[in-house]
Amino acid sequence: MKSWITTEPLDPAAILEMVGAPEDGAALLFLGIVRDHNDGRRVAGVRYDAYVGMAEAVLAEIAAEAAARLGTDRVVVAHRIGELRVGEVSVAIAVSSPHRAEAYEASRYVIEEIKKRLPVWKEEQYVEGGARWLEGQVPPVPEATGD
Amino acid sequence: MRVRLLFFGLYRELAGTGELEVEVRPGATAASLVRELRARGGGFGRLPEAPVVAVNQAYARLDTTLAAGDEVALLPPVAGG
Repeated sequence: MKSWITTEPLDPAAILEMVGAPEDGAALLFLGIVRDHNDGRRVAGVRYDAYVGMAEAVLAEIAAEAAARLGTDRVVVAHRIGELRVGEVSVAIAVSSPHRAEAYEASRYVIEEIKKRLPVWKEEQYVEGGARWLEGQVPPVPEATGD
Repeated sequence: MRVRLLFFGLYRELAGTGELEVEVRPGATAASLVRELRARGGGFGRLPEAPVVAVNQAYARLDTTLAAGDEVALLPPVAGG
């Protein structure tokens, strides 16, 4: 299991290489990619801001939860931050498991949880000029415990 | 007592800084800290009344009591991926 946040470009082939075992019959690689449009506007690039220390902890937590679902420790996830251009990879998730069902479920779990609670923010920059911070999701906050 | 405040994304722009050291009274909560910040007006006044907060790098409730040296972060809704 491995997870990290980086300003460096992600290498999908190297990330896929990090999973896999003799008993695994399924390996999956998911890539999140900066697309050239959003809400009808042409996107030139994006900038990710992150609470790096906390994001590393949350990403490790998400990877561990996915590994528990997968029943193996073959989960690797990396999120890039900083300035990215259209076509660049913002997130890469590799998982492997003996059978495909758990691999699909674990991969999906990681990306959905990233969207829900990874403390990262995205600013879109537009071809026509201007930029805006995207509306995000409100992460779940702990219930009252009396502490 | 002093706490370290962090701002991210849109809130960093509203605050005009990513980081601030502030003095709070003993017994202060994350909510009372946000109230005092908003009362400064300007960009701070445009921060929401009840933002998501993290205390020492974990999501926390607004009624969390703060301790000296705490790291308190104001977090806009997240948009990673």
